[in-house]
Order: sequence, then structure tokens, then C-alpha cells
Amino acid sequence: MSFRFLTAVIISFVMTTTAVARDYVSISGSSTVFPFATIVAEKLGQNPAFKTPVVESGGSSVGKKSVCDGTGTQFTDIGNASSRMKVKELEYCEGNGVAVTEIKVGYDGIVLANSKKAPLLKISRADLGKALTAEVPDVSGTSWVPNPYQKWSDLNPTYPDITIRVYGPPTTSGTRASFAELINQKSYCGNDKVAKALSAERGDKKGKKCRAMRTDGAYIEAGEQDNLIVQKLKEDPSSFGIFGFSYLDQNSDTVQSAELDGVSPTFEAIGSGKYKASRALYFYVKHAHVGVVPGIEEYMTEWTKHWGDDGFLADAGMIPMSKVERKEMMDRMNDLPALKKDDLK
Amino acid sequence: MTRSTDSGLLSPQEAAVRVAASLKKRGRSERRFRYLGIAAITLSILFLVLLFAGIFTKGIPGMFQHYVTLDVVLDKGRMDPQGDMSEASLYSGDARGLVNESLLIALGSPEGRKAKRAARSILSSGSASRLTEFTLKHPELIGENVAVKFAVDDDIDSFMRGFISRETPESDRRINDETIEFVDRLDQASLISYEFSDYLFTGSASRDAEIAGIKGALIGSIWTLGVCLLIAFPLGVATAVYLEEIAPKNRMTEIIEININNLAAVPSVVFGIMGLAIFILVFGLPRSIPLVGGIVLALMTLPTIIISSRAAIRAVPPSIRDAALGIGASKMQTILHHVIPPAMPGMLTGTIIGMAQALGETAPLLMIGMVAFIVDVPGGVTEPATALPVQIFMWADFAERMFIQKTSAAIIVLLAFLITMNAGAIILRKKLERRWQ
Repeated sequence: MSFRFLTAVIISFVMTTTAVARDYVSISGSSTVFPFATIVAEKLGQNPAFKTPVVESGGSSVGKKSVCDGTGTQFTDIGNASSRMKVKELEYCEGNGVAVTEIKVGYDGIVLANSKKAPLLKISRADLGKALTAEVPDVSGTSWVPNPYQKWSDLNPTYPDITIRVYGPPTTSGTRASFAELINQKSYCGNDKVAKALSAERGDKKGKKCRAMRTDGAYIEAGEQDNLIVQKLKEDPSSFGIFGFSYLDQNSDTVQSAELDGVSPTFEAIGSGKYKASRALYFYVKHAHVGVVPGIEEYMTEWTKHWGDDGFLADAGMIPMSKVERKEMMDRMNDLPALKKDDLK
Repeated sequence: MTRSTDSGLLSPQEAAVRVAASLKKRGRSERRFRYLGIAAITLSILFLVLLFAGIFTKGIPGMFQHYVTLDVVLDKGRMDPQGDMSEASLYSGDARGLVNESLLIALGSPEGRKAKRAARSILSSGSASRLTEFTLKHPELIGENVAVKFAVDDDIDSFMRGFISRETPESDRRINDETIEFVDRLDQASLISYEFSDYLFTGSASRDAEIAGIKGALIGSIWTLGVCLLIAFPLGVATAVYLEEIAPKNRMTEIIEININNLAAVPSVVFGIMGLAIFILVFGLPRSIPLVGGIVLALMTLPTIIISSRAAIRAVPPSIRDAALGIGASKMQTILHHVIPPAMPGMLTGTIIGMAQALGETAPLLMIGMVAFIVDVPGGVTEPATALPVQIFMWADFAERMFIQKTSAAIIVLLAFLITMNAGAIILRKKLERRWQ
């Protein structure tokens, strides 16, 4: 009996291995782009002529790597990313003989929020970085010491007299990486004179070492689930949380966002670039698969139908691009220019 | 008369006194032990109750949702512009427009772009698809005026459940005052009903919480487990029979045995990485398909099946084998007729427990691309699919609030599935069990 089963399994396995060709678009990458990419995929799938694309989540670096792994239907067609491709990542693509086109789809804001029951925090980006980076210069400004600030008011007496306790994503997250780069590195270590000088002294001109977050309990890793962070803020009004704008948008009746340098994160402020803690969202499409896997062109066109100011994507919390940018990206979808190293500099 | 004997032995009376004294102590420690046991069980029951209470209080409401009943005229020209009633023709038709018009009529035809927009936001964005599906199912009703139930948008649903308060300032609410007024109007006309969600079991993955369902994931799980069972059960039983009955006991079989036991302890994600490296990258199978998922899960459950099957075979008394061999049965006949049948209940129990374990796994599926947003219901083992626990995991992370209840509802379904499988294992065992006298 079992032998007959076994042969049947082996035969069917061999048959499928040779017969399977993929007729759906395969997408993977950033968990920030994921909710938006899935909306677009679902809309495309409603057209009976196309299968719904399969969208995987996993992180920006996974998206950029998987699209560049190689050519052939066992590899993904499109990689999502919430940070731009780096020269090294492009070199990996070129090494595998993969040409990609970069399409920007919109923006996402990173917000620092707390419960509506607590007072609104108005803070400068530099101070926020100072409150959360792992090491700061000591009083004399000659050496690095572990971050000593326990309360927000220790940074500046105008800030509230509450213990610094911020829930945020873990190291695997693109939101965390962007926050550390924009706030800790650029706004604090890049602006604060003492920290800047001291960074240069330890051979770290760009201040990359400032990206490390505190591990003494002031910054608490709450996992990749932003919903959990929102839940924690509701229960504990003295704490803050870091997450993407769409979660603020969905929970605007219970949580509020801090003003960074006097700007609060609204659609308009993030879209116009006034609110600085924001990043662009991209996808990278592999040339060799366009026209081979059915639905890639249509998937791209589907984005253009929903990424406007009144589209489904804005409803879900994605910040739309300006009309000029949208036009430029639509041209790119038609021409498919290959991404080159010069573009990334 | 009481006295100690010279030999050093205690008199019966003295012994009785001592025993009585120590009895108390022994009784105390026995009671302590019993209380500890009761405390441990109470604590675990308490946690279980807490867990179930949490899941059920959220999950039961998650199985229901709000619907609006609207009278729609199924205009032939607008529903079916190509006139052939094909799916493509209905897709290109104006179902959305028809639904929106009937909604506006139900609301007393409000004027102005803003008011119309507010009205449109009440209905789920899946309403047009629902109307086309309805038309496909009832082609004879085209041209007539029919009452169709449409799901309300997830924000409106949260509002109707009282999760969004009217007192919150308008700017902080997901729905504005005008929409609330429209909802009230529909509610007064008793067009809104709260009933069992037909999307939960018939809908597939969706980004709109109100029309999201577990059908795709459930069928994906069934396909995956089917492949898993088809591979793991025969292979596992054959391995167990060979190792117990046929293989010589030497160094080689010992190494194999140790490795099978080790395999049972390997973290499941490792099997996923192996699946990616071998089946996808070497054999070139596509990502996200139940075939690969089933093979990976089969490798994961194999050790469980082998170990329990071997235990079951070992439990068959040697006298049975000796008797069979003694009356001239061949080795193969002995195994097939006298060892496997009585060992079957144990083997099946092990298999079902292994399957239940495989049903709950997400980690190995992550690497092979089955942790993904997949809308189409899989029609076979080579079409992209996801699995129930994956669906739960993904819903838990979506920002829209209605997904919180949907997540718990899906957890209830998964639990029901698991309990059914385990109950099946018990019934099988009871039915096939044979007692050796």
C-alpha cells in the first residue's frame, strides 16, 4: 500500500516540477509598503483577466535582495522597500545580471505618539535624538557616556516631568532604521556641536554610531506589531511609541502625535516635506520578467489609479506624491530605465 | 501490662504510639502534596479560562457584522454591457454606480459632492463585487428590482459597535458628522442589520476588514496538510516498520535512530530554509505553493510519526510474531497481517498529533513564501496559498480596527480545527484499540 502511495507521490512531484510556470506576479519586501502593495494587488485581482499578485512581507533589505537574486520564475518579480537601494545592493543586482527600475510610490511619516489622556509633547528633533541614542557626550564634552537622561525634563525644563519610556520597533524594522538615521544620527549627532565634534574624533564623521538606541529601558522594543504599541500607549499614558503614520491615522481618536520642531505629522506636512521624519516608499521591478510573467505592467498601472490624493492608498495612510512626481514615475513605468549607480549618488 | 522487651524491640503499644505520631506527619505531607497538585491544576485552568475568555469575547463578535439592505435595480445594459453575462462583461459593467444610486435613494437623495462622498463611505468597497456575484448566481433576476445585503465599511461597523464614540471631536474621528447622520437615517429605517458574517467563511484575504475571510487560508491549509499526510504517513510508517522489524541491530541503524531523534528537536524554521534551498532554488518550484509547504511540513512531522509508530510496534507482544512465524507465515506476512494492524491505533495517533502540530506552524512557511497576502482561493497544490495560522498572524498586524475581532474569530476556527483533529485521534484509538490478555 504505502509503496504505491510513495510512487504516486514521486511521479506527481516529478511531473509538477517540469510543468509549473508561474502565472501570477510575486512581490516581497518592506513591511511598511506591504499594506499598500496588498491593496493594489487586491484591486488588480478583482479584474477577472488577472490572478491576484502574491505579496510577501519581510523587510526592505529582503525585498531588494530577493528581486536581485536572479532571473527565472522561482525568483520574485518586484521588491518593495521603504529605503532606497544602496550602491552595494545595486552591485549585488548587477553581479547576478539583473536590471531593475526604481519606482517611487509615495511617502510615509514616522510619528512619536502618546495617549490623548496625556499632554501633547512638543520637542525638537535634536532633543528627541538626544533622549533616545545610546551614548551621549559627558558634561565636559570629552568622552562618550551611557545616556544619563531619565526624564524628558532632564533634557529641557520645558518638557514634561515624566520618565522617558518609548516603545518602538526592533532592529529588523525599516521604521527603526529610518528613525535612527533621521533623528539620532542626522538631527542630533549631525547638529549638536559637541556630539558632532566628538563623533569626528572617534573616526565617525557621519555619526553612524549614534544610530544605536538606548538599551537601559528608556527605549523598549515592542516587536514588529505596531498595533501592540498603540495598545500599550492606551494603557499607559506616560509612555510614548514610535510607529508609521497609518497607525496614527487609524487611531486618531485615542492617540496623538508629538510635534517635532513645531510641525505635527499631517498628510499635508508629510507630503510637502515640512515634517522631517518621513521617508519615501519604493518598489523595484525586474526587467527580465516584464512581459514574461503576466500582470506586471498591469500591476504597475494599478498603482497609478490609486496613489492620488483621494485614492484608496491615501485612505489607508500612505502620503501621496506631488503631481509632478507622479507624472515622472508614470513615465518611468513606460520607459523602464535601468537603475544605475550614478542615480544613487 | 506494658513493658519493653529485652531484645530491643518495641512493644506493640509503643509502636502504635509512634506510628500514630508519625502518621499525622505523613498525612500532613501527603495533604501538602495534594494541595500543591490542586494549586498547579487550578492555575493552569485559570490561565486557560483567561485565554479562552479573551479569545471568545473578541472572537464571537468578530463572527458577526453589520449589513445594509438596499433595493437595487439590476439594469441589464449597465450590469452587463457586452450582453453575454460573462465575468469579464460584469467586471466592465457599472455595478458600483448601481449600488451607489440605490444607497442615495435610500438616504433620500442628498445633494452635493461632499454629501454623496459621505454617503458612499458607508458601504464596503467590496459592494460592487457582491452585486456582480449576486447577478452571476441569479441571472434570471436581471432587469428586476431586488433587495441585496451589502456589508458596511469597517469604520462604520466599529462605530455601530460603539468603538468610535460620537462624543469624540469630528477631526479626531475616522468618520465625520454627516456620515453618522446618514447611518442614523439608515438605522431608523431599519435597513441596517447585525448578523452572522457570511464573508468570514466564504471570503478570502482582503485588505478591507469587513469583507476579509478565511476561505483561502483554510483551503490552503487543507491542501498543505494533504500533501504533508500523503508523504509523511507512508514514509514514517515504512521507516518505523523497517527499523523495528527488518533492520539488523548494528552501528548503522543506531546512528539512524539517533539522528531521527535529533531531527525531532530541530527548530521548524530550519526545515523552511532547507525547503527554500532544495525545492525552490534547486528544483525550481515556484514560491508560495502548498506542494512545497506540504513537503517541508512532512519532513518536520516525520520524526514524530516515526517515533510514535515505533513505540506502537514495540507494544505488540512478541508472542504474536512468534505464533505467526510458528505456523509458517513469512516475515512480510507477519508484519503486514499481525504487527501493523494492532499497531495502527498508535501510529494514527502519532500521525494526527504530528498533523495538528503542522497545522499550527508558520515559521517553516515563512521561508518558502507562504506567509504572504494571497487573495485567490487555491485550486490545487501548485497554486499560491497561505495557511490558517499565517492568516491570523497577518490580520493581527493590520492597522484597521475591525481586524482585531476578525483575528480572534479566525483563532476560534483554528482551535475548532485542532480540537476536531485531536478528538479524531482519540476516537480512532478507542475504536481500533485491542487489549492483550
